[in-house]
Amino acid sequence: MIDMPLLPLIILLTSLGAAPVLLALPERSARLRTGLNLAVAAVKVALVIWLAWKAAHGVVYDLRLSVLPGLDLHLQADPLALMFVALSAVLWLVTTIYSVGYLERGPHRARFFGFFSLCVAATVGIAMAGNLFTFLVFYELLTLATYPLVIHRGTAAALRAGRIYLIYTLAGGLALLLGTLALWGLAGTTDFVPGGVMAEVAAERPGAAQALFVLLIAALGVKAALVPVHGWLPIAMVAPAPVSALLHAVAVVKAGAFGIVRVVYEVFGIDLAQGLGVTGPLIAVAAVTIIYGSLRAMAQDDIKARLAYSTVSQVSYITLGVALASPVAAIGALAHLIHQGVMKITMFMAAGNLAEGLGVKKVSQMDGVGRAMPGTMAAFTLAALAMIGLPPFAGFISKWYLAQGGIAAGQDWVIALLLGSSLLNAAYFLPLLHRAWFRDATPEAANAPARRKISLWLAAPPMITAGFVLVIGVLANAPFSPLEWTRFIVTREFNGGL
Amino acid sequence: MPEFAPDPMTLAILLPLFGAIAAFLAPRAAPLIGLGAVGAMAAAIAAVGHAVAQAGTVTVPLGGWGAPLGIELRADGLALAMLGLTALIALAVGLGALSAFAGEAPADGQPMPRQRAFFWPLCLLLLTGMNGVYLSADLFNLYVMLEVISLAAVGLAVLGGTVAALRAGLAYMYASLLGALMVLLGVGFVYLQTGRLDFAGLAGAQGSPALSAAFALMLVGLALKAALFPLHFWLPEAHANATAPASALLSALVVKAGLYILLRLAEAGPFPGEAILTLLGVLGTGAVLWGGVQALRAERLKLLVAWSTVAQIGLIFVALARAGTEGLSDSWRAAALLILAHAVAKAGMFLAAGRIKDVIGHDRISELDRSAVRPALAQLAFALAAISLIGLPPSLGFIGKWSLMEGAMGAGNWHWIAVTMAGTLLSVAYFSRALTGFLRFDRVRAPLDEHRGWALADAPPVVLAGLAVGLGLAAGPILAVLDLGRPFGVTP
Repeated sequence: MIDMPLLPLIILLTSLGAAPVLLALPERSARLRTGLNLAVAAVKVALVIWLAWKAAHGVVYDLRLSVLPGLDLHLQADPLALMFVALSAVLWLVTTIYSVGYLERGPHRARFFGFFSLCVAATVGIAMAGNLFTFLVFYELLTLATYPLVIHRGTAAALRAGRIYLIYTLAGGLALLLGTLALWGLAGTTDFVPGGVMAEVAAERPGAAQALFVLLIAALGVKAALVPVHGWLPIAMVAPAPVSALLHAVAVVKAGAFGIVRVVYEVFGIDLAQGLGVTGPLIAVAAVTIIYGSLRAMAQDDIKARLAYSTVSQVSYITLGVALASPVAAIGALAHLIHQGVMKITMFMAAGNLAEGLGVKKVSQMDGVGRAMPGTMAAFTLAALAMIGLPPFAGFISKWYLAQGGIAAGQDWVIALLLGSSLLNAAYFLPLLHRAWFRDATPEAANAPARRKISLWLAAPPMITAGFVLVIGVLANAPFSPLEWTRFIVTREFNGGL
Repeated sequence: MPEFAPDPMTLAILLPLFGAIAAFLAPRAAPLIGLGAVGAMAAAIAAVGHAVAQAGTVTVPLGGWGAPLGIELRADGLALAMLGLTALIALAVGLGALSAFAGEAPADGQPMPRQRAFFWPLCLLLLTGMNGVYLSADLFNLYVMLEVISLAAVGLAVLGGTVAALRAGLAYMYASLLGALMVLLGVGFVYLQTGRLDFAGLAGAQGSPALSAAFALMLVGLALKAALFPLHFWLPEAHANATAPASALLSALVVKAGLYILLRLAEAGPFPGEAILTLLGVLGTGAVLWGGVQALRAERLKLLVAWSTVAQIGLIFVALARAGTEGLSDSWRAAALLILAHAVAKAGMFLAAGRIKDVIGHDRISELDRSAVRPALAQLAFALAAISLIGLPPSLGFIGKWSLMEGAMGAGNWHWIAVTMAGTLLSVAYFSRALTGFLRFDRVRAPLDEHRGWALADAPPVVLAGLAVGLGLAAGPILAVLDLGRPFGVTP
């Protein structure tokens, strides 16, 4: 196959270049917009497959543009980057289909799809960032690109949510800027290198290294919604359903979690982080977040709010697995990055369908919705069961490896934590399923005027992603499955320490 | 009689001057003459650039008189970057002005309206002064050119002819004259002390209390001209009430003349003692905070933009002070980057604000989200310019801020980092007041053609704002240009 040294850049430019065109398209050119959206998203998936194929054959892409002396914008397509790029490319395609249906005849579609595209470009940049400086550039772009999406509806609640979102994420962005500067000043490089770049600094100034770790994790923790800086996430769920889906599954929270992975493994190196004694507190924060998010989720009547708190909890699995400092746990963490994305996007799209088709937005209104929308609810159920951790679905795989990793790291209490969390997951998801399938719809709900048949654009995407949930769980050991790919990555990060 | 050989540096100063005279004499052809003169000037600057790229520093003795007493023109990387910047902004603003004043074409036999008649002569006169400042290698010449700039700038500020503009212009004129007077006094004292006025001579001068006093006088005069807090009082009203193309020139270029001379003095003189440098940083901090707070309170878009200039100028002073005297030989680079970034972005932003005002009919921030016509491209330009002024990556403003903070951290001056961060947060807060309005824009139903929201006049602000963001990726080459001829004697 022909060689394409600029392939990572081209993948970045597909959505980055589409954004201004989409913004400029007149509001009424709906067909053209839909066609362009789908074409670009599909091309992107194809390019990512090509990239993955090349990477599996040992081709390492590496692009640099010098910005200041010694400081580069650096794109690289290492296996870890590829994993995140693939997740975002595939889920972008699905969410785009969903958005077309969701926003049909709605206002401001040009703006929506423009920023949507920009948001995905930022995610791809975050994934392929080869140093913390480049990561920062795209991290800030992501903040800018998601803000118009969060306030898309333009209501007072949306504007308030947008303001809170902006305050949190820009504060996090400033902290990351400070951390990047400090890393640059201390280590003389911001490159992501397996094993880290902080060894010398930590030997000379352990205090500074610890402070830097705390600063960077705090900065990334804002987007990853770690307690106590998670407050924006449940508020931001006022955004339209496809935005919530993308925010919770791929874009924002995952950008934070992915950043934590990079910082722990490739800025500090897991051994060094352990030696500095900073992984312990990180494990504690992750554990608290997991339990706290689940407890708050149980109290929510609004379906999207419940899903949002569930995200707070679930994304911390990734942080937990990273901080446990065992290769097996790392596999669980990285696999969960994919698994949680696929599961959560299914649930948010299904929740959006309930609101669109039945006007159901609260858990207490869900009686009998299974019969009204069997396809959507089947998808939701599958994802919920996977999230709880039932075998053989995706969520089980993550939890299994995390538990194994906990044992390997000598932290047996992790099993109790995961069991407790699963029980809580069950406690806040099973009542939904019970209401949907085993209760009859109230007469007034059955005759509600809000009922309308949803289009295939809306109905198909959650079922497709639910299919992914099933496939990546059942075929977890097949080549190119998320699990196999994460094994490959972890071998690299731990220098063959498996 | 010495043979007249038109060297490009002389031309860069003379071409706009001739253009100004021609445009004054033939007001109907003024736009054509103006754009022609700017184009010719850009060509001369390109020739200067070629020479500087070859030799590093280029000097030309004027009229056969060399240093120490004569007039000498000198160009290095810093001067070249400023020349190029000025040509770029002049071209963009000139094109923007074409349409801004187009609606006022008079019927045959009628006199030209003031704006159309005087914009080009004043603009070209301003360019003469700006280029003169960049290329001067001695203090007296600098003073003369500063006065040329003052004349042109005050004229531009009152061009709109409204009562508010005239009142603001009067304050501006007093401030400008006072500043120039202090510079002149300082120059006189320097000459009495050292018997020389050229930079090279100053660098070798013996320090003395009288010389320090002379520099202090010049410093205060220049701070007044650059609108450093608390000497900024004249700026917001003058910039906000001028017509948009004039505001763009005043904010992007005129205040930079004072800053540029400060940079040159920092290179040449014994002036920047640790205490003075810290004082500049502290005043800069005051500007960042006070300008930010006032921008938050401003009720009109152009006033908001003008107050943001006060804050951004403050940040440039912080950049100069970031690493103390030890690091001054590097700090100027951060300051220069911020000067360039601010100039490009602010010119774009003022042009965009002018377009928004023209299209919507007013610039009250609280009502910018409703109109029959949407100035979409102008809003885009405003947003892009804001990204650079806030300092979000990868814009040129971000690179400038990064350099500022990098040096501050290297010197352990965390307080300057804190100031920069506070300034960033404030700028997010005040710009988002306008930007949120753009996002929740609602078209008021009215029987109007949908396409009137954009015009060719939107191109200059969009291009400038796009450059303000995109040039961040070219920071490497920009730094390489700045270092040509080693303006601060130290290799990077």
